[in-house]
Amino acid sequence: MNVKERNVEEKKKKKSQKSNKEFVVVTYFFLALFLCLIGYIVSFQVLEAETVINNPYNKRQTIFANSIIRGKILSSDRKALAKSVVNETTQKEKRIYPYANMFAHAIGYSTNGTTGVESIANFNLLRTHSFIGNQLMNMLKQKKNRGDTVVTTFSYQLQNTAYQALGGYDGAVVALDPKTGKILCMVSKPDFDPNKVATNYKAIIGNEDTDSNNSVLFNRATQGSYTPGSTFKIFTTLEYLNEHGSFADYNYQCTGTKTENGISIHCFGGEVHGSLDLPHMFAESCNCGYANMGLSLDIKKFNNLTKKLLFDRNLPIDYPYTKSKFSLTENSSKAAIMMGSFGQDKITVSPMHLAMVAGAISNKGILMKPYVVDHVENDAKTVVTSMKPKKYKQLISTDTARVMRRLMRATVDYGTATALKSSAYRAAGKTGSAQVSDSSDDTHSWFVGYAKHKGKSLAIAVIVEKQGNGSRFAVPIAKKVFDAYFDK
Amino acid sequence: MVQIIVQLSKIIMIFLLGLYTLECFSSMRRKDPVIRNQIIARQRVFMYMLHFMGYMVMFSVQEDIRYIVFYGIQVLVFSIFLSLYDLFYEKASALVVNNMVILLMIGMLILTRLSFDKAIRQFAFMVGGMVMCTLVPFVIHKMTFLSKLTWVFGLGGIGALAVVLVYATVSYGAKLSISLGPVSIQPSEFVKITYVLFVAGMLYKDTSFKQVVITTVMAAIHVLVLVASRDLGSALIYFIAYMVITYVATKDIRYLLLILTGGALAAVGGYFVFSHVRVRVLAWRNPFAPGVIANEGCQVAQSLFAIGTGGWLGLGIFQGLPKSIPVVEQDFVFSAISEEMGLIFALCLLLVCICCFMMFLNIAMQMKNQYYKLVALGLGCVYGFQVFLTVGGVTKFIPSTGVTLPLVSSGGSSLVSTVMIFSIIEGLYILREEEGERIERKGKKRRRKEEKEISEK
Repeated sequence: MNVKERNVEEKKKKKSQKSNKEFVVVTYFFLALFLCLIGYIVSFQVLEAETVINNPYNKRQTIFANSIIRGKILSSDRKALAKSVVNETTQKEKRIYPYANMFAHAIGYSTNGTTGVESIANFNLLRTHSFIGNQLMNMLKQKKNRGDTVVTTFSYQLQNTAYQALGGYDGAVVALDPKTGKILCMVSKPDFDPNKVATNYKAIIGNEDTDSNNSVLFNRATQGSYTPGSTFKIFTTLEYLNEHGSFADYNYQCTGTKTENGISIHCFGGEVHGSLDLPHMFAESCNCGYANMGLSLDIKKFNNLTKKLLFDRNLPIDYPYTKSKFSLTENSSKAAIMMGSFGQDKITVSPMHLAMVAGAISNKGILMKPYVVDHVENDAKTVVTSMKPKKYKQLISTDTARVMRRLMRATVDYGTATALKSSAYRAAGKTGSAQVSDSSDDTHSWFVGYAKHKGKSLAIAVIVEKQGNGSRFAVPIAKKVFDAYFDK
Repeated sequence: MVQIIVQLSKIIMIFLLGLYTLECFSSMRRKDPVIRNQIIARQRVFMYMLHFMGYMVMFSVQEDIRYIVFYGIQVLVFSIFLSLYDLFYEKASALVVNNMVILLMIGMLILTRLSFDKAIRQFAFMVGGMVMCTLVPFVIHKMTFLSKLTWVFGLGGIGALAVVLVYATVSYGAKLSISLGPVSIQPSEFVKITYVLFVAGMLYKDTSFKQVVITTVMAAIHVLVLVASRDLGSALIYFIAYMVITYVATKDIRYLLLILTGGALAAVGGYFVFSHVRVRVLAWRNPFAPGVIANEGCQVAQSLFAIGTGGWLGLGIFQGLPKSIPVVEQDFVFSAISEEMGLIFALCLLLVCICCFMMFLNIAMQMKNQYYKLVALGLGCVYGFQVFLTVGGVTKFIPSTGVTLPLVSSGGSSLVSTVMIFSIIEGLYILREEEGERIERKGKKRRRKEEKEISEK
């Protein structure tokens, strides 16, 4: 009888366990949902929150401004690029930019809205990681806390060199370290004095009615939208390599003119290049040869390639920018294809974009995400957060990058940029003289390239507006920047 | 000085809620009634202190006597409610009551911070809810005929939802409420309950294929009417409740898989058919994208700004900008709490909600009566999933569906219906306790009889 009873009991137990199996499933299902949710929220706060809240649409910066003195912005060589001073009597805060126009676009301003690093790192500047005892003392004394210091990747020395080198011309110079993505200098002219934005904004932006071209606030390095001219031959060459793999059997006979469907293309300055292999055609920048090459390319594939290389795509940068545009499609006329192959037609680029591509070519085809905030530290110089270099994308294969580097070195060895030969570094690149528009004879002067020495490297894009030949204006500026960088 | 009060009390409030939450979970493991009672008592101390700190900060910042008066009235009401409950329902789960009250307290705090007028309105609903809450368990006790009203619940529910679809006023792109004089009622909040009663009533005895199909059709009509009135959050909640009850009632995993597949297909279909579904998904994928942030993504982006800027410890009450989030008092109240009282506080709040959910399921699991079991389960899942939807939505874990955080968000219908859910489950808990006692008594009798028999022999 005892055995029977036990059996019955066990059965009952089993039954109740069985009937609750579904409950266990449901409970664990919901608990798993909640666990994922909590895990996600914690990871958001730890990993993403800092970047997310640093957005101009986040209106909470005004709250911080009430209790915090805006932090300093330093160059990588620790020169103060922006700082705030508090008037002892009125307690009013004033923002000072010691180098005035030199960093106008790169650092920006923080009154009348924020631009440049002042915008990119706005929240970092308005928060404090000062020692907690200090904070309590300040709270008791009703004093404001010092905001954190933002140390940028900009080199004062390089910025100064580029700024002086561009001189009185309009244009832009932007240079970055291709191995890390650090932006080292960024100059745009015409410029303005950010110290005067607070008091004299109208004078800076000028009278819009009479003076519509006065776009001093415009950061030409990233927002500029220029015809690339011959610098675009880099992309045409990449597409050729894409389709053929190598250029061993490439040859072109340049007669100075190329005519197709009644449209004639001429080489720059009326030159006749004669028999050319690809390195010579690239180094000497033969327009006819590239028009000829363009006609042989699969335009659909070409279009895809330019997309991969960030034409008509978002750029991974924190500054406002203009997307580069590639204009050729399968329906383009032969004339458009010929013109487009050496960077005319309706193709436009930003200097920043070209510097990024040059950087990727020099860095095994890998584009590192460009950045300007190196690290954030508190008032005692203890690092709060530090930016790590991040790979953005493999833009082109390692092999293609190697071939491209060989061609770009040819430009310096025996082509249009021989002025860049130096014992301190090995430079490479492509010059360009871009016709501004069909209706005008003005040409922009371009240089895009990089230089390397003993593991150090620098990628650069230089544009000098409406000055003509790339070798004559842009190359010397690039040379000065390279000299300054590798001379240290 | 005010700043110091704000900043210090912020830390203390996090501690208080943290301790409360710890007690919550430790009490679930303890069975000893003495220890349990101690935990309940300590929890009450923590929640009254928390409530006091909150109002003290608000008063010291605003220096407005109304805050003190309002606080006093609230303390009075909460105390009366708790003592009445202790008095009438000896067998009730004090833990469930505590959780309900602390959620209401935090809700009152944050609503007072956001809008004094709305808080007063909410308070009126809360008092009504509490009166109901003291009555419902009694009613449940007496009303043993609920399971016979199944079809009334089913058809009535659809009817009420259909009325909304036809007559309702549109707010934030969804048809939710009907105006009756000064108050507007959101029927989907109440139909939630009748719907669960319906599904449970259909499946508690008969789980034949035919019965399941009939139930499915009725449930699907509920959900479709809700989707048509663009109340996506409720539609999802109804769907999940149906799925869970059907699975547990039939004990057949194939139903679960079938319904899940069907639901997934319907969701994909809904994405392509309804533009408002696509808008939510767009806002979820990248609310910060240019052009999206100022329009569709505005709420979610501002909510993330609030949570991110507040950080772990929060900015302090009245120190943030929670009102930059559109409809913050309703769907985005979690972000407002997180911004000013800190993410740790908000996560503790979430844990308290999870604790409620676990207790509901636990009560359901231990019920003997299959009908009540399914009812408790269904209501528990309705509550749990709603918490998940709202917190997941405001943190961009899932697309935002625009549902309230039960008991905390502003909104009379949501408040009253949630209090009703809590009360029904409380009533079921009392039933179970009494059931347990009866069985125990019977057992004792039987044992005594046996003993007698043995001794007689």
